[in-house]
Amino acid sequence: MHIFPFIVVVWILAVGLYGVVTSRHLMHLIMCLIVVQSSTYVLLLAVGYRTGAVAPYFFDVPVHTPAVDPVVQALTLTDVVVEAAVTALLLAFAIQAHKRFGTLDPQQLVQLKG
Amino acid sequence: MTPRVRRWVFLAGMAGLAAFYLWGLHGLPGFGRYPGPYGDVINRIAVSQTNATGVVSAVNFEYRGFDTLGEEFILFAAATGVATVLRRLRGEREGSAEDEAAGRDLPPTSDAVRQVALILTGPALVIGWYLASHAQTSPSGGFQGGVVLATAFMLIYLAGQFLAFERFSPADVTDAVEAVGAGGFAAIGLAGVAMGLSFLTNFLGLGTIPGAVSSSGTIALISFFVGMEVAAAFVLIVSEMLDQALLLRAAGPGGRSR
Amino acid sequence: MTLAVVTPYTVPAGLMDVLQAVLLVLVALGATAVVLTRAPVRQVIVLSVYGLLLALLFLVFQAPDVSLSELAVGAIVLPLLLLLGLAKVRSREK
Repeated sequence: MHIFPFIVVVWILAVGLYGVVTSRHLMHLIMCLIVVQSSTYVLLLAVGYRTGAVAPYFFDVPVHTPAVDPVVQALTLTDVVVEAAVTALLLAFAIQAHKRFGTLDPQQLVQLKG
Repeated sequence: MTPRVRRWVFLAGMAGLAAFYLWGLHGLPGFGRYPGPYGDVINRIAVSQTNATGVVSAVNFEYRGFDTLGEEFILFAAATGVATVLRRLRGEREGSAEDEAAGRDLPPTSDAVRQVALILTGPALVIGWYLASHAQTSPSGGFQGGVVLATAFMLIYLAGQFLAFERFSPADVTDAVEAVGAGGFAAIGLAGVAMGLSFLTNFLGLGTIPGAVSSSGTIALISFFVGMEVAAAFVLIVSEMLDQALLLRAAGPGGRSR
Repeated sequence: MTLAVVTPYTVPAGLMDVLQAVLLVLVALGATAVVLTRAPVRQVIVLSVYGLLLALLFLVFQAPDVSLSELAVGAIVLPLLLLLGLAKVRSREK
């Protein structure tokens, strides 16, 4: 259990990147990008975890209870919502590319010019 | 480069990356042994300094408020980008919403979907509002509350027609709400400057009970503005995509309307 | 000053380890399933389930805030946007 979460992180990253590299449909490529982004969320939260600690909310536990790191949770929290909007922007580009070129195959889009 | 060669190049590169990554893991403390000082320091002093018992939101809106301002503007720019990229191209015409809704030969929305979506819209609004206004007490905050509020509007689209969705979220009102949300955050920061303090200082009174709804000064106010902005941004993005999928028809020789 | 009754509801450490290991394996399998599904509409459904698994994993990592965000975004908003994009692309291909 010492490095198992970090191995899962690099597995998700590798699988997602494999999907991006060998994709034949722009929508499939966007969803593989979402998977790659999710690997960074798991990494951030795994770095901040402490065994036997509680969540950093002191509403009903006393202040000096050992808790996990709140800074990485704050980073991941805004990250999740903002990446959704950026994915929407990617989708908009894909729709306009389909309108212009008629195809959604990234390996054919490379060869079209103009 | 053929797909097969590309696949092998990728596998070689990924093997190298994984090897470096695993080599780098050796020097780090293992999972569950968190050594670093920042988390412990903030956990100890956040409640007494800001009167907020939700330390993650205190970090988001107070200790690292400038970062959150930047992230909120990324969201704002992405919504604007979607509206710009999906603009009407030359040669497209916009069908009327009433025409398209009347002539569609799709099966009507099933009663089960409509009833469940209608029943859930009210609670979704209330829960989103609750989340956006309770950032300092419990696991909630502006970002989550805004997303749940946006899903309430999407439930309206699922329950009824596109026309109902348009009527409940007209484009100029949504734009105005988003602008107020994004500008409000910056205005709170500038209000600190106007008082002679530094940007984004917590200048409101901190309250007496830690974790009460009206405590922790500007954290609650900023979270409210962020909730407004996130909800309006997502409603704007979804309405742009719905316009694309349902209204815009290509009029040129290349595309044939459905 | 405590504002609520403090009750001992901590999970024993061994059980938490098992939960985390099981959810990590499920997340790795879910990521593989998302990538290996090639048909886009089917992949959207698999992505929604993957978002749910991620939300459970974040909950077990003691991050309820992040879990709430990921559930709302990854299981609802993103699949809706993707399905709208797919509908637009399909209507042009007909």
